Amino acid sequence: MSEHQEIFPSHENLPDVMVGIRDLCFNYGSSQALKHINLELKQNKVTAFIGPSGCGKSTLLRCINRMNDEIPGTRVTQGSIRVEGVDIYDRSVDVVKLRRDVGMVFQKSNPFPRSIYENVAFGLRMRGEKNKVVLDQVVEESLKDSALWDEVKDRLQESALGLSGGQQQRLCIARTIAVKPLVVLMDEPCSALDPIATAKVEELIYNLKKDYTFVVVTHNMQQASRVSDETAFFFMGELIEFSETRRIFSNPKLKKTEDYISGRFG
Amino acid sequence: MFNPESIIRKGRPKGYLRETLVRSFLRGITYLIVIIALMIFGKILIDGAPAIFTSKFPFVDIEFLTAKNETLHVFDDAQGTRHQLPASKYSDYVNAHAGATLYNEQTFSYSGGGIAGPIVGTALLTIGSMILALFFGVSAAIYLAEYAKQSPFIHAVRLAILNLAGIPSIVFGLFGFSVFVLAVPIITNTPSDRSMLTIPLMVGNYVLSFQGWNSSLIAGCATLACMILPVIITASEESLRAVPQGFRDASLAMGGTRWQTIRKCVLPYSLPGILTSSLLAIARVAGETAPIMFTAAVAAKDDLPWQGLSNPFGVLSSQVQALPYHIYTLAARIPNSEYTERAQYGSVFVFLVLVASLSFGSMILRAKLRKKLKW
Repeated sequence: MSEHQEIFPSHENLPDVMVGIRDLCFNYGSSQALKHINLELKQNKVTAFIGPSGCGKSTLLRCINRMNDEIPGTRVTQGSIRVEGVDIYDRSVDVVKLRRDVGMVFQKSNPFPRSIYENVAFGLRMRGEKNKVVLDQVVEESLKDSALWDEVKDRLQESALGLSGGQQQRLCIARTIAVKPLVVLMDEPCSALDPIATAKVEELIYNLKKDYTFVVVTHNMQQASRVSDETAFFFMGELIEFSETRRIFSNPKLKKTEDYISGRFG
Repeated sequence: MFNPESIIRKGRPKGYLRETLVRSFLRGITYLIVIIALMIFGKILIDGAPAIFTSKFPFVDIEFLTAKNETLHVFDDAQGTRHQLPASKYSDYVNAHAGATLYNEQTFSYSGGGIAGPIVGTALLTIGSMILALFFGVSAAIYLAEYAKQSPFIHAVRLAILNLAGIPSIVFGLFGFSVFVLAVPIITNTPSDRSMLTIPLMVGNYVLSFQGWNSSLIAGCATLACMILPVIITASEESLRAVPQGFRDASLAMGGTRWQTIRKCVLPYSLPGILTSSLLAIARVAGETAPIMFTAAVAAKDDLPWQGLSNPFGVLSSQVQALPYHIYTLAARIPNSEYTERAQYGSVFVFLVLVASLSFGSMILRAKLRKKLKW
């Protein structure tokens, strides 16, 4: 333990670190998907995870709110993830409470077949919030934050499935931020969206990062360079390079990173 | 090498005769099955409809559907007129014509009056067994689909449930008899002599007595529920699995507990599937004779199940008549003659219409819900 601490300085000492990942190894059955990942996600910053398919970036993302618990045969074999200094894989941690703090937006927009209002109010209702005034207020705020309010304010009671793909994804973001998490994980949030809808999502990420810490997995290099403050490049389950986005795109340290960013492989 | 034959083949393709023969054979078999089905329906329709439909308003023999089942008396009066009267009207007739001689008198059990008792009994058995089967079946399906992890044990459990569907219904009947009728525990202060085990409770002189529920509605419902459990579990599990994983992920990622997720994001969207397949299971339950023979059904009963009871729950412990068992009784236990045909074909006709409308109803429900629930 003491040896560890010398190699990896305690995250708690760094005031702006929201999520500290230390020496994390993760297995799907017997195959190792993540190998000794060390990474710090800073508060109110957007961190992009890039890398070719199967490199482990989505797996790492799903580790941060323990969504991988839902997949049988998976486990963290080594290391830790700390959110606000708390080891989330500790026995005493309640996964349900963790996920209230670490929300997630999925690749495929997945609104419930309910009204727009009910979709956004869903998380609060699950927490037992019954006060109509509070719900109305949170729904309006969340929809405004996700830049959807003007488009849907007159049809809040209509089915969410009537929205366009981009609107549905922004609704999913509204739904996630309605419960005021600390961290918002986004797993390729724009991969199914057209450029205009993508631009709207990127803009809202930019506007919201003053309140949340974002992690965005993306296959789109331009998106990573536009939206993120820091970028982590993964390859074959390993973290190859991690630094400021500006630096990684203009002056990568490693050849492999440069090759990937410039489109020579992956 | 240029060979025009290889590009455009003239004449019949190779194996033409065999293809035609196979197609005709398969088509013939299919039509044969349809013809057999039509013959069954036709026979029952032609012979059963006269018992139900009348030429006068309201065109349906209400009495046959609402009167209780009685013995049929057939006799000639002094003028040579043939009378067919159910037992109650027969005694009225005898009282009114005191001293008159009746000729060629015959009686046919169960053939007079109507079939209100069997209809009501079948309805109660069906509703009761569905409530039990849905509760236990959906609970098990939720566990299997949402909680259980893939393991050899769970695999064995699933296999056991599937095998349950293959057990003959008479075996369920005997199982129900030995368990629900004779062995399940009840709380009573007067345990029966045949009680297998009594455990005294500390309240008054009440004991937990393993003496069964006797032949009763609740025992029949429990037996029928066991029989359709595999259908309900399998269908429910499939409906649950058909709900997109994204709904579960979204709910969990928002900090929903597993049960909240199931209750709000999975069950509502799988309920239509569960209900429609359950309606098909109802049709099967309504038609079973063997499981209720020893557990719930009686051939003759003067009152409807709820008549003459001190408390409404007594209906659970009363025996009932049931349509399939009634048909069995009419067909096998009494001498057949022209006078029994009305009761026989009439009952079969009513039964068939009930079951067919259940199947039809489930088809309509499925089509409607499919249209409504899309994602």
